[in-house]
Amino acid sequence: MEHLLKIEGLDVSFNEQARALRGIDLIMDTGQIHGLVGESGSGKTVTSTCIIGLLPVPPGRINGGSMIFKGRELLNLSEAQRRSLRGREIAMVFQEPARYLNPALRVGEQITEMLILHQDLEKQQAIAKALEIIDLVGLKGGTKTLRRYPHELSGGMKQRAMIAMAISCNPSLLIADEPTTALDVTLQQQILKLIQDLKQRFDMGILFISHDLAVVHEIADRISVIYAGRIVESTTKKRLFEEPLHPYTRLLLLSIPDAGKRGTRLKAIPGTVPDAEHIPSGCAFHPRCPLAEEICRHQDPETADYGSNGEGHTAACHMIGKKWIDL
Amino acid sequence: MQVLTFALRRFGRLLLTVLLISTIIFFVIRVIPGDPALVIAGIDATQEDIQAIRAQLGTDRPLIVQYLSWLSDIVRFDFGTSMISSQPVTQLILERFPITLSLAVMGIIISILIAVPLGVLSAVKRWSLWDYLGMVFSQIGMAIPSFWLGIMLLLILAVKIKIFPLFGSGSIRHLILPALSLGIARAAVLLRLTRASMIEELSKEYVITARSKGLTERMVKYKHALKNALLPVITVAGIQLGYMLGGAIIIEQVFSLPGLGRLFLFGVYQRDFPLIQGGVVFVAVIFSLINFIVDMFYSVLNPKIRIR
Amino acid sequence: MDRFVELKALSKRFHGSGLLPQNRGGTLAVDRVSFGIEKDSVFGLVGESGCGKTTLARALLYLDAPSSGEIWFDGTLLGDLRTRELRRFRRRMQIVFQDPNSALNPKMNILHSLEEGLMNLGTAKDPRRRRIVELLELVGISPSHVQRYPHEFSGGQKQRIVVARALSMDPEFLVLDEPVSNLDVSIQAQIINLLLDLKNEFSLTYLFISHDLHLVAYLSDRIAVMYQGRVVELAPTDELIHRPLHPYTVKLFSSVPGIRGSILKQKQAAAPAGQKQAAATTPGCSYYQQCSHGDIACLQQEPQLTDVGNEHLVACLKISRVCP
Repeated sequence: MEHLLKIEGLDVSFNEQARALRGIDLIMDTGQIHGLVGESGSGKTVTSTCIIGLLPVPPGRINGGSMIFKGRELLNLSEAQRRSLRGREIAMVFQEPARYLNPALRVGEQITEMLILHQDLEKQQAIAKALEIIDLVGLKGGTKTLRRYPHELSGGMKQRAMIAMAISCNPSLLIADEPTTALDVTLQQQILKLIQDLKQRFDMGILFISHDLAVVHEIADRISVIYAGRIVESTTKKRLFEEPLHPYTRLLLLSIPDAGKRGTRLKAIPGTVPDAEHIPSGCAFHPRCPLAEEICRHQDPETADYGSNGEGHTAACHMIGKKWIDL
Repeated sequence: MQVLTFALRRFGRLLLTVLLISTIIFFVIRVIPGDPALVIAGIDATQEDIQAIRAQLGTDRPLIVQYLSWLSDIVRFDFGTSMISSQPVTQLILERFPITLSLAVMGIIISILIAVPLGVLSAVKRWSLWDYLGMVFSQIGMAIPSFWLGIMLLLILAVKIKIFPLFGSGSIRHLILPALSLGIARAAVLLRLTRASMIEELSKEYVITARSKGLTERMVKYKHALKNALLPVITVAGIQLGYMLGGAIIIEQVFSLPGLGRLFLFGVYQRDFPLIQGGVVFVAVIFSLINFIVDMFYSVLNPKIRIR
Repeated sequence: MDRFVELKALSKRFHGSGLLPQNRGGTLAVDRVSFGIEKDSVFGLVGESGCGKTTLARALLYLDAPSSGEIWFDGTLLGDLRTRELRRFRRRMQIVFQDPNSALNPKMNILHSLEEGLMNLGTAKDPRRRRIVELLELVGISPSHVQRYPHEFSGGQKQRIVVARALSMDPEFLVLDEPVSNLDVSIQAQIINLLLDLKNEFSLTYLFISHDLHLVAYLSDRIAVMYQGRVVELAPTDELIHRPLHPYTVKLFSSVPGIRGSILKQKQAAAPAGQKQAAATTPGCSYYQQCSHGDIACLQQEPQLTDVGNEHLVACLKISRVCP
């Protein structure tokens, strides 16, 4: 069975020294929301940039690996071929709609231009389609809204407009890069619901990137955790939260405050996330890991599958199964 | 509707500006030492002669009366009579205005035609040959005084190779060289601005969105980025037009064009009060009008400012 | 009973742009807010963007003087004080903001940043330097880095420096306005633990402002919920989490994505029953339009904070009638 997207061993660096991605493995299927969780500097945005084919090639460089989208190797494509996929098959929603929408063009224009370009529609047809789409994403107001400029819309409406643009040509893969991070809690909830609705309706695969484990827990079916350019753990939502394997994942879950932990001390992860130019030898997490041993300092762990019942559960760690003390 | 209220507010500002400037110039001239009556009367004049001239000029009345009379004249576009040439100032200005206007408009058009395409090209193909050419051109253009350029153009294209007429003002042909000297100098500045503005827009986030939508590079650059990039360029071009209309004095001198610049220059030499006053108010009005038009144009391009 | 910090009907109005007073309009960012903070406690303030919580924080410290109302600090009415005396009180009340980048002057190395306050107090050079070394060690920054500039530190480190600076004044009361929102998840826990340790060691009182409900619930002893400049609900944390009463609070809590074991995730709130038509100037409850429980009575009378038992205050006509 062909996966929607299969990334294997993707290795990307910047300016020779900064190793942004050190062998990313990721598998996505249609009808699935795959959460990619990581902190700033972990490589999640670089991953999404690569998938959509917008990696600036100097200073960036793809050193190896493969990205197969619906059977085609993306890394072999020319710029023209990549461009034909963008917007049409692979679309993206960004974090701060205020900055990511063109302030000088009307909202409707920013939607119809895609329809005209990718689906060869006439202007009137495109407008009609655009009206359908904005209704679908919960943007009220019909033609009036299409004629508005981005700054005339509220934050939540702007984000819906961006989503409308992204799904307008019925893409197979939607990448959502922190789409709710800049929004208030109640708006966030609405947008998450919207994304879930769209998944049902459109038969898409959605890559949902976030630093917020709680949000990812809400929305994702499968989750991959990225740290210093590698996927350290990847499995179903249930397994990740109930039986996390990798120390980073476990510590992350323990360090997040919530009401249930009142009165107890948070388990903070010591140290800081390494930047791409100074990645520790061996396992990148070893300086911060309470389980680290000699081998962790020298050898980057392989990714292995610890899953059962056909549910994949991969993790990259030498110390799987080691007992945790004082937790 | 928003646009209308915006327009009205801006227009109100225009009127206020003109009023303020008229008032200032009125009082400034009268504060400067030197009695025009004396100048006109000459050294040997008697007190009666001087008094008579004062009465004629109206400078013997109380200041406030003079001011109010001046204001009521302005509203009717009556700037009085030139002391030197005894012709109505308004008429003098209106005779000369078309030449200066044509010169300025041609100048700014040439400016934009050079600066914008080169500037955009520079920005889009950074560090390429075009970019270097553009930067070199802009450096030279800013360093060369426009009158020197004018003289050079005259030398080469009107004397050595007789393509253009040397002086006079009969036709468009007479205006081309002066417009070029004016335009090229301004183009240098506009080019840098266009380049910088375009580079800045191209680095903004909405450009990433545009690319992610699969739009062609052409659409990304010229439909999305350019529209935003042109905003500051338009403003500056408009202001430059205003200056040019004030009378590109030196250029007019070099090319012997009977425009406003020369008119006002002589007026100042000869202490021709009414002419100077009328000239300043006129320029103020024109400048404000241009700013107003630029503002309106800007608000069409940049929807964000219509709200205030 | 006078609490350590007490706000009474605090209001802050930002003026509009009209020339005549009647056209001025403007926004009432903080609307007659009253609450008290006990010594040595953590008081949490939650709300979404635009609810006025940051304006409240600034007004409380007189960074933007309040338009009306009273602020009592340790028994003294701040409005009564003259500028000089106010400055002395300011020492005892410090604030830590969200963005450490704008809080630290990029042109000053952190020694200077930390020294400034102490220099203003007239502390001599040596005791100053010693104090700074103490503070840096307290917040976990190596004193050998003291000549470095802000950009040489990470986000988490910068925030620690900001905390150190706030502490250099020996404050008793600290306002923390989204102090960890800009930080990475794994760093947040470090800073939070630090804040709790410092609180215990120095007997500090905190006003903790955040949009992150989990965090506020974790840290606070009492929580106030703000909506459009007003406090709509106020209760001890456990009480509030188990029994949120105001419709807005319920909606807020149910919108928060929760992970296993979190008590906050309540039953799904009913979807808002569409927009109701409201007159241009609506007296009565400001939440009326979004509320699925409201009726005509809500429009006529502005709900006041009413005690419904267990020190639980709610500003809602429906609820206060239901509960004894």
